[in-house]
Amino acid sequence: MDTVAVISAAMTDFGNRDAWLRDLLAEAGAACLEDAGVPADAVDHLLVSNMASGELEGQTGVPNMLAHDLGALGAYTARVDQTSASGGAGIYAACQSVASGASDMTLLVGGEKMTHRSTAEATDVIASLTHPVEYKHGVTLPSFAGLTARLYLDTYDAPRESLGKVAVKNHRNGIDNPHAQFRKEVDLETVLESPIVADPLRLYDFCPITDGSAALLFCPPDVAAEYTDDYALVTGIAGATDTHVVHERDDPTTMAGVVKSGERAYEMADRDPADVDVAELHDMFTILEFLQSEDLGFFEKGRGWVAVEDGVTDRDGALPINTSGGLKSKGHPLGASGVAQLYELYHQVLGTAGPRQVTADVALACNVGGFGNCVTTTILEAA
Amino acid sequence: MTLEAHRCPDGHLTYPAHARCPTCGHPQTDTVDLTEHTATLLTWTTSTAPPPGVREPNHLGIVAFDLETDTVQVLGQLTTGDVAIGDELHPVYEEQLRDPEAGIREPTSQEWDGYRFAPVTDD
Repeated sequence: MDTVAVISAAMTDFGNRDAWLRDLLAEAGAACLEDAGVPADAVDHLLVSNMASGELEGQTGVPNMLAHDLGALGAYTARVDQTSASGGAGIYAACQSVASGASDMTLLVGGEKMTHRSTAEATDVIASLTHPVEYKHGVTLPSFAGLTARLYLDTYDAPRESLGKVAVKNHRNGIDNPHAQFRKEVDLETVLESPIVADPLRLYDFCPITDGSAALLFCPPDVAAEYTDDYALVTGIAGATDTHVVHERDDPTTMAGVVKSGERAYEMADRDPADVDVAELHDMFTILEFLQSEDLGFFEKGRGWVAVEDGVTDRDGALPINTSGGLKSKGHPLGASGVAQLYELYHQVLGTAGPRQVTADVALACNVGGFGNCVTTTILEAA
Repeated sequence: MTLEAHRCPDGHLTYPAHARCPTCGHPQTDTVDLTEHTATLLTWTTSTAPPPGVREPNHLGIVAFDLETDTVQVLGQLTTGDVAIGDELHPVYEEQLRDPEAGIREPTSQEWDGYRFAPVTDD
């Protein structure tokens, strides 16, 4: 697939928002177009990444609504749902729409409105992605994380504290992100003494429930040059699936979809894990940051926790992970999260990340749906 | 109600059934009754923030049945949270694992009975 340019990125504040999905999407979408100086009628394809607007809000047909609200009438529209990885899947679909020649300007807007629901209700909507034999037992995504965390700690002789350090790091990073839901330092003791949610994981091992939206604008590199000198290139992108039924995995501590999507993205970009300068990983639960950092080849299997203990993944470490604060502190509006990962990396590779800035030429985002069920990995570089 | 693993002609086992064997692609033609076997606990958790209609706390585990042709893993509720990795468990029938009316899933779209796993005791 040809390289595709990203010429603009925008996101709303994440958190408890009064706005409903319609207004969240319009806020991010309009800002993304305005920042690039691209008129709405220049948009050929308009994609919306969203998991559950019908289930959460009783609103369907969202892409068409957004096209009308933005003045992008005439554009081809579609909704991309890949549960928590809807954003990453939208990025892949946007790249395909441009690389195929079907669109010279594709606007991708991801978003979700969730906080009007109770935690139990929102958890159930997300858990509805599970197989009937899982759902009937009352399994939730957090309980998959608890099951996997216990096995990981036992198998690799990792201390419980190491998971807590992921939360501490990502909360520290989020302080400098003006769009983050939580901008507050959290110490290790607070994490380790917070209420148990899915033993051995506690409240601070989990991302919050969030409203928010993020947007990206894609076009061919020669079109990008008409608008700006400063743009990013998607040099590698790929997706993969793992088993739908989580307990059928031979090794539950390895996410095969992450491994495969990573390998394919590296191959397309002609890069390897050592080339990556900064990464946004899908830390819906602290344990997921260990699994992805290993399954993407950054660290040996079972050694991701050591890297966190040693500060390798800190903002000033050799491989900063989740400089945005991650889903953990930034929040996780399902369909927006994958798009917001690339918002952060767009600013990192262009050198416009402000106080969060690290030295980065090659950036990687990994967006995970279900419990590793479907994954998209994207490699972004400055043009 | 049964707890059955599904077997293809090559002997691969899965729970639940799939349209084709995920390992070799052949249709699954046979079943193995797991209620007659015991299993080993691979990992477990106690969920204290369950969704609507689910017992609280909800003890959950993944167990492995080591059978003749293959090993098959099953997820299920546990009768107790007083367990450890490696414990030997056996299936126990439960008429209703969660309230079908309370969650988002269409009640008539699936079954709600099934098996919990309980520690095998000496008596």
